[in-house]
Amino acid sequence: MKKKAVTLLSLLLMLLLAVAGCGDDQASEGESDGENKTIQFMHLWPEGNSTAHYNIVEDIIDGFEKENPGVKVDVEVLSNEQYKEKIKVLSSSDKLPDVGMTWAAGYLKPYVEGNQFAPLNDVLDGGLEDLFVSGTVEAYSIDGQAYGLPLELNIAPVFYNKAMFDEYGLSAPETYEEFKNIVSVLADNGVAPIALGNKDRWTGSLWYMYLADRIGGPNLLTEAINGTETFHNAEFQKAAEEIQNLVNQDAFVQGFNGLSDQEAKSLFMNSQAAMYLIGSWDLPNYTTNEEVPQEFRDSIGYFSFPTVDGMGDRNSWVGGPGVGLFVAENSDVKDEAKAFVKYFVEQWGEQAVTKAGVIPATKVDTDKVDLHQMYIDVLNDLSNASNITLFADVQMDPDDAQTHLDLIQALFGLDVTPEEFTEQHQEALSN
Amino acid sequence: MNKVMSNKWMIALYVLPSLMLVAILIFIPLVLTGYYGLTEWNGAGVMKFVGLENYAHALQDEQFRESVVHSFLLALFSTLSLGIYLVVSLILASKIKGTNLLRKIYLIPMLLSSVAIAQLWLKVYHPTNGMLNSLLNLLGVDHPPEWLANPDIVLYAIFIPILWQYAGFYILIYYAALKNVPEELIEAARIDGATPLQIALKVKVPLISGIIKVTVVLAIVGSLKYFDLIYVMTGGGPNGASEVMASYMYKEAFGSYHFGYGSAIAFYLLIITLIMTYFTRKLTASKDDVQY
Repeated sequence: MKKKAVTLLSLLLMLLLAVAGCGDDQASEGESDGENKTIQFMHLWPEGNSTAHYNIVEDIIDGFEKENPGVKVDVEVLSNEQYKEKIKVLSSSDKLPDVGMTWAAGYLKPYVEGNQFAPLNDVLDGGLEDLFVSGTVEAYSIDGQAYGLPLELNIAPVFYNKAMFDEYGLSAPETYEEFKNIVSVLADNGVAPIALGNKDRWTGSLWYMYLADRIGGPNLLTEAINGTETFHNAEFQKAAEEIQNLVNQDAFVQGFNGLSDQEAKSLFMNSQAAMYLIGSWDLPNYTTNEEVPQEFRDSIGYFSFPTVDGMGDRNSWVGGPGVGLFVAENSDVKDEAKAFVKYFVEQWGEQAVTKAGVIPATKVDTDKVDLHQMYIDVLNDLSNASNITLFADVQMDPDDAQTHLDLIQALFGLDVTPEEFTEQHQEALSN
Repeated sequence: MNKVMSNKWMIALYVLPSLMLVAILIFIPLVLTGYYGLTEWNGAGVMKFVGLENYAHALQDEQFRESVVHSFLLALFSTLSLGIYLVVSLILASKIKGTNLLRKIYLIPMLLSSVAIAQLWLKVYHPTNGMLNSLLNLLGVDHPPEWLANPDIVLYAIFIPILWQYAGFYILIYYAALKNVPEELIEAARIDGATPLQIALKVKVPLISGIIKVTVVLAIVGSLKYFDLIYVMTGGGPNGASEVMASYMYKEAFGSYHFGYGSAIAFYLLIITLIMTYFTRKLTASKDDVQY
């Protein structure tokens, strides 16, 4: 009798396992059972390292749930890299969350082609579109349809350490000649002029983009990427040569090709390098972040990349929108999800800059908010910008972007000649 | 219970759940990977069947071939370093003071997560503030190497933490095996006048040769599919100088969205690993294993 019971029990256990294994995971689809609807929402600002962001998101969700009884927002938070991985995996099994975060242009293209993101033009109609800084939604649009609503907008200035500049009697450069002079003065005195973490590669891409922008004009790179121009243009080669000149001048910190952006940043923040080119998302570190010593924050200024040989427009910036919100095409609660992203964008625009120091993609009235001077300067620069060139690796298709980034690392490492650099770019882009 | 086990159907029934799990989680994905390798697919959109194009392309892909060479270099170094581990374990297993403590110290890297190890060694290799270069500066070296940025040395620089990470594991295996060698045999050899070196080489090592063979296979297979530290420390860079097969596969599949091509590389990785396992087993097989 006992044996029989054991047999039965093990059989049952086994069946249970088998059933559990076969069960279809419906969790990420978003259930809707009549009255109560749940929106699955994934974002990438964990409480630990993006506390301010996280809190704003929580506020927004609370507000939304209050205004829309019967709708619940179910949040899943992952850090940046993990988020990117998970989204890829979810999308390949068609299980995207109802609302999530995406990046612009080249990043969202495969998802749009795979019919995974819902077009959001109906959300933008009715006034919402006017809230955005012009050109930001376009970065999330394909063939006139918007597939994402941008939350952030950044430009990339060159931050510099005024205290270190003063020590050698230097001031912010207006021209590339002055800039090179600063580099050589600092290098001669044994100070690393520029902090660069080129293991991440897009950081080096910023330098190249600015040189190409100043030498070849603000639209050249964008046109080369979308195919109306080619990389055979002599200006691209000239920009690449300039990069290698800077490398030969020891303009960048030692071992930059093996350093991550984080490591480069810590060199700059420890006053071990005098300049650092990075997006304005880093502004809190130089303005309001209490964890950074006041003395250091006060000694930081920024300048726009100088003109090169009298060419170029200093109001032209490299930058662009950061993350944006998407709605999944096969969401069960699409209408609610769309209402949520609309509410999110509006609320975010009001809270982001004051509470988290994030410059939103929606317009900010600088008179109404109380901000650190550097924020106001950046916001003014943004409104005076003649052009914002979207980060090259974001503009390109993912595979072209990889080629571009690898070539950037090779160019900085003097592994390719400027000719090979432009040649291989053209080859990749024309495929 | 015997009655149950004599019933073939019962046996099949009991094996079924784990067989299903293994099939669903391992064998079916394996076959699928091979199939994905025949398609052009960006992970989200439609799959396009392209036949053997990806597999043919991989053979001509300079970067892939380089990553294969790097993987094999790692396998070579891992295998060679087994010799050092064996020596260390022979010393540990002989009766010296502090064996216990030393054994634990050697095992510590095993207990750390790969990411923690990567962070640790990133600090060691930091070009300006790193432990290693600070030391070299103190010793009067003017331009110490940029360990992780110089394409000529990055691969070897990264091998060191990888070997360091697994040293404790192999030492532990050898140590356990050596402790199992019967004391009488060593005693007998000593009475016959064998030197400690002779005891080590002629008695102990032959007796654990079975274990040594297993570790050789483990080291080779582990190296060929190695990924963690490379991914965290250099991401395969600069410019592919430290790329191995697994990191290149990852980059293609998840960086460039070439899931089809990435799958083809993964399948090559599987085949290469299988072949290497087969050959190492063949080469290390001997007809009469020493018994005790």
